[in-house]
Amino acid sequence: MSQHVIVPRTTYVAIYAVLMVLTGLTTAVAFLDLGFANPVVALSIAVVKASIVVLFFMHMRWSSRLTMVVAGSAIFWLGIMLVLTMSDYTTRGWAWF
Amino acid sequence: MHREDAIGAAVDHPSTATLHEPELKHHFDDMAQQREAATLGMWLFLATEVLFFGGLFAAYMLYRVWYPGTFADASRSLDITLGTINTAVLITSSLTMALAVRAAATGERRATMTGIVLTMALGVVFLGIKGVEYYEKFAEHHVPGPGFHFEGQAPERAQLFFSLYFAMTGLHALHMIIGLGIMAVMLYMAWRGAFSRRWHTPVEISGLYWHFVDIVWIFLFPLLYLVDRHK
Repeated sequence: MSQHVIVPRTTYVAIYAVLMVLTGLTTAVAFLDLGFANPVVALSIAVVKASIVVLFFMHMRWSSRLTMVVAGSAIFWLGIMLVLTMSDYTTRGWAWF
Repeated sequence: MHREDAIGAAVDHPSTATLHEPELKHHFDDMAQQREAATLGMWLFLATEVLFFGGLFAAYMLYRVWYPGTFADASRSLDITLGTINTAVLITSSLTMALAVRAAATGERRATMTGIVLTMALGVVFLGIKGVEYYEKFAEHHVPGPGFHFEGQAPERAQLFFSLYFAMTGLHALHMIIGLGIMAVMLYMAWRGAFSRRWHTPVEISGLYWHFVDIVWIFLFPLLYLVDRHK
């Protein structure tokens, strides 16, 4: 059973500061030419931001294992949707025979 | 007679050994289990929401891979300043939301209400800025349909980008509007003094919803506004 944790206000403010810095960073980096790495960097920053929102603001860090599994399943099913969709459409032009 | 009453009471309240808690529904063992069930249920709902938005993200991913040049052209027509400001506004609303949930958990009624009001105000600011952006898109004839006009190459492909832009930001904005409705109810409940240190589950799971909507925007912002900005 998950414990009822009261997180200090300073933790929330620190998390907020990190999120704001990352927001500035992602906009700034978009103006640099990194070639194929531009979308990779942008999405990596988004994943980091989303992760700390889930872990701290949404208290996943202090949640039960069962809640973590359910949240993880969302990412897993989303992965199936994206990967199978792309593996279909991007390979339709392939002619092997 | 006396004995039957005792049995009846025991059936009604299987855990008579513990203090009766008015907020505890009879099908839960204790407050912790009840709270756990509510949190789990909300996460299950959010998992379905991930897949609800996921369909649009899949469509976006496919067309961006197919038409990278047009997506870059169309993306650059969006106002990056307003987009960045809106991201900051939404993240700030997540902070005030987290502080409202914390205040509810510590039994601070006024702080809970302040947090909810600030969250709602920031939500309204976000929707206002979004409205300004939509207005600009209408003025530039970038709204898909018969009146669509795009200056760059392959306007029919650009129309796909803007279809996805309006569908994704529109669905997100709808979630924001629903979130504002939920927060209005939370504000009323907090004002009525419904929440206590013992029971504040509605604020908590509404907070989860609000943070989820924030996360959707965290992904929408780079995908829609930050495509090949350096060119």
